[in-house]
Amino acid sequence: MTEAKTRPLSPHLSIYKPTITMTMSIVHRITGMGLYAGTLLLAIWLIAAASGAAAFAPVQHFIASPFGRIILLGYTWAIIHHALGGMRHFIWDMGAGLGPERMVLARLTLIGSLVITIGLWVLGYAVR
Amino acid sequence: MNSTSTMKTPMKRVRGLGSAHSGTEHFWRQRLTALANIPLTIGFLCVVYATLGKDADAARAVLARPFDAFIIGLFVISGVIHMKIGMQVIIEDYIHGEGSKIIALALNTLFSLAIGAACVFAVLKLTFGA
Repeated sequence: MTEAKTRPLSPHLSIYKPTITMTMSIVHRITGMGLYAGTLLLAIWLIAAASGAAAFAPVQHFIASPFGRIILLGYTWAIIHHALGGMRHFIWDMGAGLGPERMVLARLTLIGSLVITIGLWVLGYAVR
Repeated sequence: MNSTSTMKTPMKRVRGLGSAHSGTEHFWRQRLTALANIPLTIGFLCVVYATLGKDADAARAVLARPFDAFIIGLFVISGVIHMKIGMQVIIEDYIHGEGSKIIALALNTLFSLAIGAACVFAVLKLTFGA
């Protein structure tokens, strides 16, 4: 591994002009990492609930605050984008969706994630 | 048992020796949990909707219902396995030093286990009561 510095490097991310397919691929990984970190909040939420109403009330209060809602909105979008990205991966696993239609799939992932996130929040405010 | 070491084919030798020292097991498990995560996420969202606008006691009562606790438990277990494998791929992609890679992989496993255990313990306590 020590001679790695002297070896020529193959072109990496920074050399390519960003495309929608490449960006959605990167976002899939970033949302995955975000969801990974977000499980800490899920654990806090559940442990507070298990600890009793006195512990759960402040957590609920934080989630309902503007800052809490922004985090939850981001979390909603991340999970939906990652889920749609995962469905795209299933299509690829079947050997389909690798032609020019990959552009459509990438755009559907982005637009679909935004539309579904907004829909879920509208539903959330409606059933509240 | 079918072959001695001298009779091993290249395929037999390579099996189970990828960068993570396991073959396609992770690939398959990542897809399996991904598939499970789709209905489980919908189920989890339904549980969350049922808690919206409720005070602490009422929301805790929702989480304590057996079916709701069951859904959260499955969502957490499938999600934690999925995220552990996913983060392992990221670590193997970007962390090249052998020592730091092993430490990162260990921390990833421990974090995922701890989150999974904490969440499952919490829902079990909620549903079985104090």
